[in-house]
Amino acid sequence: MLLFLVIFDSVIADDVSLLMVLVDTNPFFWSTTNNALSFSKFLSHVLAFLNSTLLLNQLNQVVVIATGFNSCDYVYDSSSNSVAPNQRTERLLQKLEEFVIKDEQLSKEESADGIGSSLLSGSLSMALCYIQRVFRSGPLHPQPRILCLHGSPDGPQQYVAIMNAIFSAQRSMVPIDSCVIGAQHSAFLQQASYITGGVYLKPQQLDGLFQYLATVFATDLHSRNFLQLPKPVGVDFRASCFCHKNTIDMGYICSVCLSIFCKHHKKCSTCGSVFGQAQTNAPSTSKQKRKSPDT
Amino acid sequence: MRNSHTRVHRRAHQTYKHQFDVCYLLTKNCCILIVESMNNIEHREFNNGEGRQFNKEAEEEEEEDEDEGNGRGLDAWERAYADERSWESLQEDESGLLRPIDNKTLYHAQYRRRLRSLSSTASAPRIQKGLIRYLYIVIDLSKAAAEMDFRPSRMAVIAKQTEAFIREFFDQNPLSQIGLVIIRDGIAQCLTDLGGSPESHIKALMGKLECSGDSSLQNALDLVHDYLNQNPSYGHREVLILYSALSTCDPGDIMETIQKCKKSKIRCSVIGVSAEMFICKHLCQETGGSYSVALDEPHLKELVMEHAPPPPAIAEFAIANLIKMGFPQRAAEGVISICSCHKEAKVGGGYTCPRCKARVCELPTECRICGLTLVSSPHLARSYHHLFPITPFDDVSPSILNNPHQRLPKNCFGCQESLLNPGNKPSIRVACPKCKQHFCLDCDIYIHESLHNCPGCESLRHSKSDSDT
Repeated sequence: MLLFLVIFDSVIADDVSLLMVLVDTNPFFWSTTNNALSFSKFLSHVLAFLNSTLLLNQLNQVVVIATGFNSCDYVYDSSSNSVAPNQRTERLLQKLEEFVIKDEQLSKEESADGIGSSLLSGSLSMALCYIQRVFRSGPLHPQPRILCLHGSPDGPQQYVAIMNAIFSAQRSMVPIDSCVIGAQHSAFLQQASYITGGVYLKPQQLDGLFQYLATVFATDLHSRNFLQLPKPVGVDFRASCFCHKNTIDMGYICSVCLSIFCKHHKKCSTCGSVFGQAQTNAPSTSKQKRKSPDT
Repeated sequence: MRNSHTRVHRRAHQTYKHQFDVCYLLTKNCCILIVESMNNIEHREFNNGEGRQFNKEAEEEEEEDEDEGNGRGLDAWERAYADERSWESLQEDESGLLRPIDNKTLYHAQYRRRLRSLSSTASAPRIQKGLIRYLYIVIDLSKAAAEMDFRPSRMAVIAKQTEAFIREFFDQNPLSQIGLVIIRDGIAQCLTDLGGSPESHIKALMGKLECSGDSSLQNALDLVHDYLNQNPSYGHREVLILYSALSTCDPGDIMETIQKCKKSKIRCSVIGVSAEMFICKHLCQETGGSYSVALDEPHLKELVMEHAPPPPAIAEFAIANLIKMGFPQRAAEGVISICSCHKEAKVGGGYTCPRCKARVCELPTECRICGLTLVSSPHLARSYHHLFPITPFDDVSPSILNNPHQRLPKNCFGCQESLLNPGNKPSIRVACPKCKQHFCLDCDIYIHESLHNCPGCESLRHSKSDSDT
């Protein structure tokens, strides 16, 4: 009997999902008038999607983290026993409301310069910590993945933190899916999905958001291999220089701190090291010459 | 003590000797073993793994054979106890009962110590690390590497750890390069040139795994010195030697070679797997490297992995410089072109060198045609966490934990795991000094070793602007 259970468990283990949903609640983004989708409509799409994910497999698990403007917090966890299934929606909306109010109270200065970025790096880090806890729970854990429902523009000051989170997700084989509901493509999420092997999607018709979510993001990782999902678009991995923020093809890199410059400087503005002579390519070409007869 | 004990044991297999063993073991709390050794008193072969590590003299060789004979007498389940030394994972608690060692807190304490030592060395206002490294791994494949004190053999264990190290190294130092050198029959031989592809190194190493002859430190150093001397001066030149032998068979004066390495600013580190050798220690001291000897396989892994994070930049070792690099774009899909690295025609994929338009298959690499270093921006970003490390978390003191008036968070901020013990008492936790959020010990390790972000600081806007200024 026990043996049967074990076999049963291991057979189903590959299509049990843990879905971490990061919902963007940035009020500055949702208040923009040219949005085709209001926040309440958006929520009804997302709730239907969460319910259908939980119905796909009895053991599926959903965790919702709200990405706010001033803070991030867990909003819903389907594994906690305190919530009865029929009260799921009410509970989630209630917690979300509390979160939005708290988030608003935290805001101090009025940001007048357009839509601010939301704290994606914080919610990504929290989601990864939660996933590590699931990994620790034993060999038969559900397959985790992260879905970012994001609309706010990228915040350049979060670049290092988001890249750190992306590499950590890549190391633990957690795909980051992204569904961009804003007006512009998100370069951060494009890189995140490309590096971690997730799906990046920017829906054309936001009225049918549920349709996009259900067809692209609802399937577990194992079944994904058999689906024709949106192909990753070309990701621009060119760097921009620290001095003029130009996108460059070729540039100079400080050997100590890896800052990027578009032309030769005497001193590094980031780490303060003083540079010697400009590096000619003489040593490496001579190495090439030396190498080539050997091979 | 243990040495003499094992020898006595090997010479005579009489019952009273075993009773002596039992008494000796009782003091060491090895009750599992005792039960067995009572049952199988005739052919108990105790603790041969450790015995061998301490007895390296030639006279022990014969006894090794005898051991093999004894070992065959053991049943598989008995050998599992003897080899894994299960009694070492037990400890005595205050009431005299045996309990499994609580590895979690122990492991965490070890990790904290490591973190402290790292952060104390990096106390300078601006952290400078040697992010561009040229590292040669020298693997000793003399006949000493065939010894079987590591299972299945030293050579196999070293190869396994080297493979793991190469992957970890490129993960942490995407702009660095590794080369492999092996020592066999007294001759050092270059297995792979400096390169940035982990797969090619691992493939080359796994194809050459056989050992014979003597070992020669000087030959290896000479070879590596010749190769590393041609590299540009902004890179850190390093050698990591995995040494199995207890001797070196050199054609000349090794002291001269050591001085030569010192002059070329090559940092030599040695990890021994048998016993400490003066010449290795001298080499490491002279060139600024580290010397360590592995006790067992997990220890060896730990020692090897210590070399993966970039070392602190030392101005006299590497001169700061601006390096010209290219950021190639991904070539259009469906276009057929010949790649310059494998010299094969490929459809789509690949990257185009911005200077000479040659096609390369993967990044980071050096263009085969014009010698330009080709990277992409994520490769640079992968190294940034070395430069902007997060502060170590502080232990929350027991006085705060036991204070009933203090309202403490019930859950870990990162993973939401409960921070309460079964008796509803607050358990051990750590707190970030900046955002004051509480974290569990597992999250602490994950955050500092893999994530390199504090979830608390990242999810607070005002603390962020503080840290920026």
